[in-house]
Amino acid sequence: MAESVAGGSADHSPDPSRRDFIHIAVVAAAAGGVAAIAWPFVDQMNPSSDTLALSSIEYDVSKVPLGQQVTVLFRKQPLFVRHRTPVEISKARADDHADLRDPATDESRVKPGKDQWLILIGVCTHLGCTPTFGGGEWGGWFCPCHGSQYDTSGRIRKGPAPKNLAVPDYAFETDTKIKVG
Amino acid sequence: MSGPSSYEPKTAIERWLDSRLPIVRFGADLMDFPTPKNLNYWWTFGGILAFCLGTQLVTGVILAMHYDPSGAGAFNSVQHIMRDVNYGWLIRYIHANGAAMFFLAVYIHIFRGIYYGSFKAPREVLWLIGAAIYVVMMATAFFGYVLVWGQMSFWAAKVITNLFGAIPVIGPSLATWIWGGFTVDAPTLNRFYSLHYLAPFVIAALVVLHIWALHVPGNNNPTGVNVKSKSDTLPFHPYYTVKDGFAVSVFMILFAVFVFYMPEAMGHVDNNIPANPLATPAHIVPEWYLLPYYAILRAVPDKLMGVMALAAAVVCIFALPWLDTSRVRSMRYRPQARLYFIIFVFDCLLLGLCGAHEPDEPFIRGLTGFQLLDGDITSYLWVSRIASLYYFAYFLLITPILGLRETPLPAPESISTPVLAHPAAAPAGAAAAPEKKG
Repeated sequence: MAESVAGGSADHSPDPSRRDFIHIAVVAAAAGGVAAIAWPFVDQMNPSSDTLALSSIEYDVSKVPLGQQVTVLFRKQPLFVRHRTPVEISKARADDHADLRDPATDESRVKPGKDQWLILIGVCTHLGCTPTFGGGEWGGWFCPCHGSQYDTSGRIRKGPAPKNLAVPDYAFETDTKIKVG
Repeated sequence: MSGPSSYEPKTAIERWLDSRLPIVRFGADLMDFPTPKNLNYWWTFGGILAFCLGTQLVTGVILAMHYDPSGAGAFNSVQHIMRDVNYGWLIRYIHANGAAMFFLAVYIHIFRGIYYGSFKAPREVLWLIGAAIYVVMMATAFFGYVLVWGQMSFWAAKVITNLFGAIPVIGPSLATWIWGGFTVDAPTLNRFYSLHYLAPFVIAALVVLHIWALHVPGNNNPTGVNVKSKSDTLPFHPYYTVKDGFAVSVFMILFAVFVFYMPEAMGHVDNNIPANPLATPAHIVPEWYLLPYYAILRAVPDKLMGVMALAAAVVCIFALPWLDTSRVRSMRYRPQARLYFIIFVFDCLLLGLCGAHEPDEPFIRGLTGFQLLDGDITSYLWVSRIASLYYFAYFLLITPILGLRETPLPAPESISTPVLAHPAAAPAGAAAAPEKKG
C-alpha cells in the first residue's frame, strides 16, 4: 500500500477509469448475485402453496337462528355469519349517515335482498383479535383486546380500530347457501 | 482490550500456547481488568445478567430436546414436559421464570445506567449495544411465549404481528410474510421456534461486543468521575468476582422462591387452554415486562400512531446519549435530575400498572370524574396518557433542557476523595486503603 502511494498510480494503472470500471462491474455482479440468491431465502417465509390452496368454503346460512351468529373457520380465521333481526338492520340503516370513521352504508355490506345475512371476517381491524358478539354500545361487536366497538353492520364506532370489519368475497349459490372466497 | 498485559506464562506448555493462541492471556487479562474500587451493588447486575443468559441457554437447549414445534403437537408437548419428562417441570419453570428474572435484572441494569450516566461519552457505543440486546431480548421472550401455543400465546402472537400490519403500504404483506399464511398459524409457530433458538446466540454475540465496548473505556462508577490513577481501581478478580458472586447468590434465592413456591405467579391461566383461532380470551395482557409499552400503545387512539409511539418509546432509549446535555455523569451530583429520574422510575411502574388494566376501568375503584373526549378522566386510559406523556417528556424535554439549566453539586476530584473524606475513614491513612498494604 505504501508503495502505491509513493510511486503514484501512473506506474500501475495507466488508465484509472478502466480500473474503476472493473471495480464497479465486480461489485455490481456480486450485488446482483446476492440479491438473486437472497430472494428465495426471503420468499420461503411467504404462505406456501398448500396454505394458499385453502381458498374457499361453503356454508348453509339457514343453520343460523334469528338474532344469532355462527363463527366458521375461513382461511384459518374466524368468519362471522350473523342472522340479523329487523331491529338490528334498521339501527344499522339509521346510522348510515352518522359520523363514521370508515363510512359505508349498511346496504353496501350485504347482498341485495339478503339484508338479514351479515357475513364478515371476524378479525378486529386494530390488532387482529376476535370481537365478541353483541357487545358494546351499538350492539354489534366488542373487541376484548383494546376496546374497539362495532355496530350491527360491523362498522367501527369507537376505540382504536381504523376500519370496519371486512366483508369477504362471497356469493349466494342458492337461496341459503353461500360460497366464501 | 485493556492496557499492557501483566500475564506471564509460567510453564513451557503455556509459553508454547501463548505464542500460538494467547487464550490464557486473554482470560488472565479479563480477570486482571482494572475496575473502579467504588462500584456499589447496582453494578452487580451485569454479572447477574450473564448468569440469567447462561441459565436460559442451558434450560432452553434441554427443553428443545422434548418440545414439538408443530401446530398440532406444541401444546401437548409442553404438557408432556410438565408431567412426564423427568424434572421437566423444574427445567421449564426455571426457563419460564428465568425470562422474567432476566427482565427484572435488565431493567435494574438500565435504570442504573441512566442514573449514573453510564451512557455518556465515551460509552455511547456500549449503551447502544446494550439497548440492542434489550430489543433482541424482547423479541426472544415474545417468540418463547408463543411456543407454549396456549390461548395467551396465540393471541399475543396475533396482536404483536398485527403491529407490523399497521405500517403503511408494506404492512399487510409484511404481516403475511411473518405469518406464512393468512393469519397466525402452524407455519408461524415453526418459524418462531427457529428464531427463538437463534436469538439467544445473537444476544450472546452482542454481549461479547458489550463487554468489549466496556473494556475500552472501562467501567463507569457511582461518582461518574473518570479513573485518574491505578489507586482508583482494583483488579476484577478477586474483588468483583466475589462481589458479583455474592449478588448472584442473593438473586438466585429470589429466583428459587418463584420457581419453587409461585411458579405460575407471572403466568396467565388462559395459557393452559390450547390455542383457539376462533375465540379471543376476555382479557389479554402481555407479560409484566412489556406492560409499559402496551399501555403506551393503547394510550393513543389511532392504530398507526399507537404503533409509532410504541416504537418511539424504545428509540428514546437508544437516543439517550445524544439527548442528555449534562456534562456531569452521576445524578449523585444532580439533585434536580435525581428527582425527575425517581419520578421517571415510578412513571414506568405506573405505565406497567395501566397496561395490566382495561382502559375503561377507573384508576381508583368507585371514583368517577367527567367524560373527556373518549374516556372518563379518572380511567386508566387517561392515566396511561398522562404517564406516556411524562415518559416522552423525560427523554425529549427534561433530559436535554435540565442538563443546560441546572446547577450541579461539585463532583469529587477523584474516586478516592469522597471515600477518604468520609468520617468512617478517620483516623486518616491507616484504615482508608488497606488494599495498598499488601
